[in-house]
Amino acid sequence: MGRIWSILFLLVPILGVAFFVWAIADIWPLNNHWLPENINEPSRVIDGLFMFILYLTGTVFIGTSLLLFWFLWKYDADRNAEPVKYMHGSHTLEVVWSILPAATLLFIAIYQMNAWANARMRRPTIGPGVDLIAGTADDELKPPLALVTGRQFEWRIRYAGKDRLLGTNDDVFTVNDLHVPVNEEIVLQIESEDVLHSFFLPNARVKQDVVPGMRQFIWFLPGKTGRYDIVCAELCGWGHYKMKGRLTVESADDFNSWLAAEHAKQEQSSFSASEGEE
Amino acid sequence: MSGATIGAEASPAHASSGSIGEFFSTYVFSRDHKIIGLQFLFSTLLWFLVGGLLALGIRWQLAWPWAEMPVIGRMLFSAEGGQVSPEFYTMLFTMHATVMIFFVIIPILAGAFGNYLIPLMIGADDMAFPTLNMLSYWFMWPAFICIGATFFMPGNGAAGGWTSYPPLSVMEQAAPGSGHAQTFWLIGVTFVGISSMMGSINYMTTIIQMRAPGMTMFRLPMTIWGMFITALLQAFALPVLTAAGFMQVLDRLINTGFFIPEGLVVNNSVAMAGGGQPLLWQHLFWFYSHPAVYIMILPAMGMVSDIISCFARKPLFGYKPMVYSISGIAGLGFIVWGHHMFVSGMNPVLGMTFMVATMMIALPSAVKVFNWLGTIWGGKIQFTTPMLFALSFVSMFIIGGLSGIFMAATPVDIFIHDTYFIVAHFHYVLFAGTAMAVFGAIYFWFPKMFGRMMNETLGKWHFFLTFIFLNGTFYPMHILGAVGFPRRLADPYHYETFRHLLGLNQFMSVCAILMVATQIIFAYNFITSMFWGQRVGRNPWGANSLEWAAPSPPGHGNFDFQPVVYRGPYEYGSPEVDTDFYPQTQPPPESSDGEETAHDA
Ligand SMILES: [Cu+2]
Ligand SMILES: [Cu+2]
Repeated sequence: MGRIWSILFLLVPILGVAFFVWAIADIWPLNNHWLPENINEPSRVIDGLFMFILYLTGTVFIGTSLLLFWFLWKYDADRNAEPVKYMHGSHTLEVVWSILPAATLLFIAIYQMNAWANARMRRPTIGPGVDLIAGTADDELKPPLALVTGRQFEWRIRYAGKDRLLGTNDDVFTVNDLHVPVNEEIVLQIESEDVLHSFFLPNARVKQDVVPGMRQFIWFLPGKTGRYDIVCAELCGWGHYKMKGRLTVESADDFNSWLAAEHAKQEQSSFSASEGEE
Repeated sequence: MSGATIGAEASPAHASSGSIGEFFSTYVFSRDHKIIGLQFLFSTLLWFLVGGLLALGIRWQLAWPWAEMPVIGRMLFSAEGGQVSPEFYTMLFTMHATVMIFFVIIPILAGAFGNYLIPLMIGADDMAFPTLNMLSYWFMWPAFICIGATFFMPGNGAAGGWTSYPPLSVMEQAAPGSGHAQTFWLIGVTFVGISSMMGSINYMTTIIQMRAPGMTMFRLPMTIWGMFITALLQAFALPVLTAAGFMQVLDRLINTGFFIPEGLVVNNSVAMAGGGQPLLWQHLFWFYSHPAVYIMILPAMGMVSDIISCFARKPLFGYKPMVYSISGIAGLGFIVWGHHMFVSGMNPVLGMTFMVATMMIALPSAVKVFNWLGTIWGGKIQFTTPMLFALSFVSMFIIGGLSGIFMAATPVDIFIHDTYFIVAHFHYVLFAGTAMAVFGAIYFWFPKMFGRMMNETLGKWHFFLTFIFLNGTFYPMHILGAVGFPRRLADPYHYETFRHLLGLNQFMSVCAILMVATQIIFAYNFITSMFWGQRVGRNPWGANSLEWAAPSPPGHGNFDFQPVVYRGPYEYGSPEVDTDFYPQTQPPPESSDGEETAHDA
């Protein structure tokens, strides 16, 4: 029986690895069962880090699982005639298998930091600040293209409009419909009006919880036109599942004409309703 | 006399000798740690069934969204034509997690096995505070009632996730489950906390004060070390959760606004109070709930270590490094909670420090895996049912441990946070890890608890099928996570990105249903073996630790002699004796003074 059980444990690394390879290789029925298309150039590094950790942990997984199988196979009481190795441990081994993983883990941690800083701490700038030294704290930050406000259960979007300032008269309002120009660094201000939500762009590797009472910014650089999902990734109530938005990446010209058209539409309807309403 | 204090079978004879009052004091309001342990065991196993059925509700909706639920659909949702409603779905995953964490894993490890094993394994006649111990079980009942009652309240239960993040959980108008159900949920969880705290104080005191002569700290079995460190974690982390729970109750009842910011408009009505911060709750909650992750696995690791050493017939490899690594986990466990909050809006600089600490806490886990492999290397492995479950713990914990590294890496976590990748991770740790270890522990200590063996053939079938189906259920979740498939969505398929993942989800749901069905084998085996299993003597496995020197089942006061400990619990295959085991209580053969013959450095 020991052999059968050993083989069961051998199946873990074999099938475990095979399943991932199957998905990565995009073979039926697991087509598109892997990292979705990434349109955000700078966040390619996140996919790279994911794969880096996958290869590293995969190696450890295969190694330790094979050892487990081999020991079970070899030291099955029914077959192993040798006496038990009466020992309580090995100081050398303990030192080796503490230091090696410690160094590896520390390396992984440090290796992540730049990507994290780029994604969350280095908001795009449009030039040096008052002291005219680029790369300092008071660099002139790129203003947000739009304010995205999460509420149960929709994304309300307010474009800064021509003057690039939020809260002025030329602001353009949409719901669940976010358009951005391609090949430009996009900065969005994200807020919540009621409960927690999370602004998740699977295709741009962007995810940020929106917290009522906090003003936050996210940024990405879409390198490809198309339509993509905006997902709410933080539980926000019974309708959480349907809090779906659409991201449309289009050429700068298309974007500008779309924005102008939306603006015109809005002018028309606000004249017919109450004038000057915010 | 001694055998008559345990088990339903013996109860009529015993009860006839006394009054109803005596029956109650012996079996209901018992102060005997073994009875209390069994009370915890039976209660938690019943809740395990409830939690499993809730999980099937989730799996049903994910595989066949909005389809009529078979059998119970019409009963539960007559208005919706038998289909799951989205608010019911949010309740399902909230209560699945609540039941599994607070009513199953934590109380089955500390409450059931901690209670049953601690006095027996350290050679004590009972816990240090038997009355407190009894109360720790009976304080679970207000929790059972509070949380059980929420199923019958508006929203059919709390629905803010088991994490209960405000403002969703605080504002009544935010969700159907955020009414009374949420208040009762918070009170219920607080009662679990009180129960755990009583247990924790008792375990620490008992382990420090009541060890048998010769039982030094470094002769304690790993199970006891696991329970000891768990008790420490509970004692330091629980007050924070309790305080946070009360703050949320106050926010809900008298608008204190600890977690509610200014100017909130929820569902078109303005929040009364303001000036608070939703992130504060997350910090307080995870300050408890990260250590709780270790509360939910350290005792399992301890029990697995004991089982593996016993059935490898070989000393545990690196006993002291094992002890140091769980102590390291206990220390580091308090400074890593922020890894749950990388994308929460917490200062990203803080995210970096939490990442480094979190990476480092993977180290002790790695050391433990290597030591388990070292233990089976060169042994004589007996593939008994408890051993198979313990080995599967190691095999599955490797997966669950390694997948944790992805979430610890901040940039990668941006993408996989709140996706099925994390769901895969914690189910590999908590189900494939802890629950499998608990099954192993039940098979291992069942003969001690009831004086009878569980059926080995049924046990192996139970293991084999559970092992296959759990991997079928949870392994594909990694792949879903890689696509970014979010958790907690009642219908993820209306997103174009996730539409094509339905087929894989159906496969997983079929596996989940079969996995739950497999547990019928276990229930049958458990119940029939309790009454008709093969009778055993004191030490059916040939194990070393003290509980095996007591009668099976042990009577009131546990030992029929004063146990004296001569060595550590892992002296298997010792050259000093002819048998392949060398119990802790067996005096050394000659005039040697009983010092442990440890050859390691
Ligand atoms: Cu949401
Ligand atoms: Cu954690």
